[in-house]
Amino acid sequence: MKRARSILLATAARYLMPLMLIFSVFLLLRGHNEIGGGFVGGLVAASALMLYGIALSPAALRNLLPLEPRLLVGLGLLAALTSALLPVLAGRPFLTGLWLKTPLPVIGKVGTPLLFDMGVYFVVIGVVLWILLSLAEEEAQ
Amino acid sequence: MTWLLAITAGVLFAAGLYMILRRSLVKILVGLALLSYAVNLLLFNSAPLLPARPPLLPPGNGAPPEVYADPLPQALILTAIVISFGVTAFAVVLMRQVYGTLGTDDLNEMRCTDVPCEEVEIASEEEQMEEPL
Amino acid sequence: MLTRQLTWLIVTLAGGVLFAAPAALLRRRAERLAAPLLALLPLAAFVQLLAALPAVRAGETAQVRFDWAPALGLSLTFTLDGLGLVMGLLISGIGALVILYGGAYLHGHPALGRFYTLLLLFMTAMLGIALSGNALLLFIFWELTSITSFLLIGFEHERAGARAAAWQALLVTGGGGLALLAGFALLAVISGSFEMTVWAAQAAEIAVHPLAPAAFWLILAGAATKSAQFPFHFWLPNAMEAPTPVSAYLHSATMVKAGVFLLARLFPVLGGLPLWTPALTTLGLLTLLGAAFLALGQTDLKRLLAYTTVSALGMLVFLLGLGTPPALKAATLFLVTHALYKGALFLTAGSVDHGTGTRELPRLGGIGRAMPFTAAAGGLAALSMAGLPPLVGFLAKELVYETTLTTVAPLLLSALTLLANAATVVVAVWIGWQAFWGRPGDRSLHPHEGTPGLWGPPLLLALLGLALGLFPSLSGGWLIAPMTAAILGHSVNVKLALWHGLTPMLGLSALTLLLGIGLAALRRTLQPRLAAFWRALAPFGPANLYHRFVHGLLSLASWQTGLLQSGYLRIYVLVIVLTTVSLAGLTIILNDVPLTLSPWQPPRFYDFVLVGVILTAALLVTRSRSRVATIALLGSIGFSIAVLFLLYSAPDLAMVQFAIETLTVILFVLVLYKLPKFSRLSSAPTRLADFFFALTGGLLMTLLMLLVSRHTSDASVAAYYAANSLAQANGRNIVNVILVDFRGLDTLGEMTVLAIAAIGVFSLIRLGGKAGRKQRAVTKGERAK
Repeated sequence: MKRARSILLATAARYLMPLMLIFSVFLLLRGHNEIGGGFVGGLVAASALMLYGIALSPAALRNLLPLEPRLLVGLGLLAALTSALLPVLAGRPFLTGLWLKTPLPVIGKVGTPLLFDMGVYFVVIGVVLWILLSLAEEEAQ
Repeated sequence: MTWLLAITAGVLFAAGLYMILRRSLVKILVGLALLSYAVNLLLFNSAPLLPARPPLLPPGNGAPPEVYADPLPQALILTAIVISFGVTAFAVVLMRQVYGTLGTDDLNEMRCTDVPCEEVEIASEEEQMEEPL
Repeated sequence: MLTRQLTWLIVTLAGGVLFAAPAALLRRRAERLAAPLLALLPLAAFVQLLAALPAVRAGETAQVRFDWAPALGLSLTFTLDGLGLVMGLLISGIGALVILYGGAYLHGHPALGRFYTLLLLFMTAMLGIALSGNALLLFIFWELTSITSFLLIGFEHERAGARAAAWQALLVTGGGGLALLAGFALLAVISGSFEMTVWAAQAAEIAVHPLAPAAFWLILAGAATKSAQFPFHFWLPNAMEAPTPVSAYLHSATMVKAGVFLLARLFPVLGGLPLWTPALTTLGLLTLLGAAFLALGQTDLKRLLAYTTVSALGMLVFLLGLGTPPALKAATLFLVTHALYKGALFLTAGSVDHGTGTRELPRLGGIGRAMPFTAAAGGLAALSMAGLPPLVGFLAKELVYETTLTTVAPLLLSALTLLANAATVVVAVWIGWQAFWGRPGDRSLHPHEGTPGLWGPPLLLALLGLALGLFPSLSGGWLIAPMTAAILGHSVNVKLALWHGLTPMLGLSALTLLLGIGLAALRRTLQPRLAAFWRALAPFGPANLYHRFVHGLLSLASWQTGLLQSGYLRIYVLVIVLTTVSLAGLTIILNDVPLTLSPWQPPRFYDFVLVGVILTAALLVTRSRSRVATIALLGSIGFSIAVLFLLYSAPDLAMVQFAIETLTVILFVLVLYKLPKFSRLSSAPTRLADFFFALTGGLLMTLLMLLVSRHTSDASVAAYYAANSLAQANGRNIVNVILVDFRGLDTLGEMTVLAIAAIGVFSLIRLGGKAGRKQRAVTKGERAK
């Protein structure tokens, strides 16, 4: 099924998408202290990418992605699991938060919960894209 | 607002139930969506509703403010919303597939996918054994 | 020293489990070597047990214990005492022979590998029972034997008869197993432990406890089902559907003795109960006599033997019930004796079947010339069964009569025992003499001797019976004394002899033989009449009762499944919601929950706006017939809720809700035109009924919310999170800190669920793609035609 594509939307998506992605990373990184977090960040990023995918084409989005969505899901789960297991290596209980002493500029304090949140971020992006992109690609066939 | 919210959730719940009782496949999907809204509101209403008191700690030593909204229901709802998206997506695709395979959207016509429609003789093996004392 | 041997035995047990599965492979790789190699495992156990015998005989016991789930009272306690040791010798010794025999008997059978696997597993479980010191551990092994027995009876599962018999055995012994567990639990309640040594130490307190009789009956039910006591005996003859080596091993020599073994094991604990003797002796006598005369009506060799096995088990329970030292000596000796001769006879029956193609006694006769070794094995074993000197069966019978003559009712009990023993003699003559040397029944049979694997093991068992009889002091001092001592809890002196002089016991033995041989000669008249008699009685028997029970249960199950599993989603939803509503309503009414609702606070203007939008959309969406409108209405509900979150201090929720709504719209748009239209299918009355039903559900929900928001004023959890958010987790956004730190494990679970949902969607699409392509191909093909 071919759909007429809106040039306006396509152009807007091309410029909006990177901005929204940056915003999503911003949401992710400051989420521990202000409004935001991995879930919101991931959803915003996924919306941005899907907007791009719908405005241009699923194939264009697929070309843009450096990784398969399902690999993103795996990566996210791996990141979360790593953050959970790192304290075990350090002799602390599973999922204990470990923090670096000195805060980094912009981001603030860095610790395993941030890695965990990044895991959430990637899982959410991966899941949403995996579902919607599969549907969209099937639609495009 | 507690009252209003309770009534809203009740209506959403009733509407969801009503929709889930329909025979049409797509209506069940709508019912699921309504029910998840209702449940989220139920969770949200389990703590006092406070306008403009988000559960954020102010800058400084991290002492909590005098009054703040309960963060626990919020954390619960947050994941519930995201999960319900996964569930909805799964349900949508499942129903699309069912519709494509069976060619009907009437649940009553799908009965035979769940229960044997012909009467099946059971316990036939028991009879095949001789009965000693 | 003894402990080391026990540890090695436990290692052997673990080996049995480990090698069970590869055993099947071994068979495929090395058909000839498989049986001898696998027999090494039980042989190892046998040698270890033999090595432990001197120490155990001297009165030593050993215990090895690993804590598994101490909170549940479950520790892997293994003990080695006289009772377990002799039982273990029987299990491992006969086990090794049965594996060798099975290899020959099932030679070329496609499922021989499965046979080895199951047999090894069974043997391990059975040895586990003999060595368990903890009741829960014993129970686990007990159930394992039930399961392996089920699988072995149903070994030839292509036959409906085998399947039905397997089911029956599993249901009867499994039901008994549940009773047993309940009995153990009661004893644990009384004593505070599942360790059987603890129970024995507290025997005096247990005996007077009000719960003790209940525990006793439950444990007796477990033992009686396992050891095929009346009225649960019927599963054992039916279990003869199993291949003969299995019948020999499980259903005569070892597993069916587990019940008797358990009773002996618990004799120190429950033997002091006033119930013990009356209950066990009655049960034992009923089984002993009933089964003995049931046996005489049988024509199939294996069923014949099976009923005599039931009878022998009745004898054992009867003797344990008497509980006096001579009775216990008789019980232990008879247990060993029976395992030897009955194992041998079963294996012989299998060889006869193998060599002639039939097990029907009337067709057999005079086959001894063609099958000399089998005939020798069968004959020797039958002599022991009949109780002729110098075989061990004679010793056992003498001891039994010695016991019955010293009871409170010597005449009655001796007479009843004599009757049963005479019936046993009849069977012994029929099998040991008639089949091999009697008048040929069917001349069309072409009997031939099998491979050594088929006659070696039974001959060895029969010879062992002879050896134990020839050296009575040896068998008495080394086997029976330690075993009896373990039951009694103190050492005993066992003096066995072939010649005691002219005693009343000798007279009874002679009488038994005479009566038995006389009856045996009347086979052609006796057997059909008894068979007809029992057939006439069968409709009133427990087997028929069992059938009716099972049939009734299945009918009930299918009726209630039909009732609950209607296949209509709406019925399921109705049942679930109605149950919830009525349970919640009942709780509110029964517990007198004060109906103090949340106080009414005047809402603000924008509350009304938002709620108005949500309510309107919710009502419209139930009436909508347009797909686009429905999506728009659902979206407006979602966005209103998001605004509501924003207004009431949940900015994170608001953002998530906004994003999800957007994505949901995208989702629906993608599949919209592949979904069916909104058709109205239900009738108006149904819709009305559903409306009221939904209304009830909604009302309950509202009521609950108003009640709940009134009653949860405990903010300590929230306070804890707020107080520790920055200090412990370096975060100021408490919601996010809960998600990624305080309740991180939950979130990890949520992520996994999300991933699974995505995998599900993806597989559905892939599956649909494939099915769709196939469908298209089919249509194309049809069009081409």
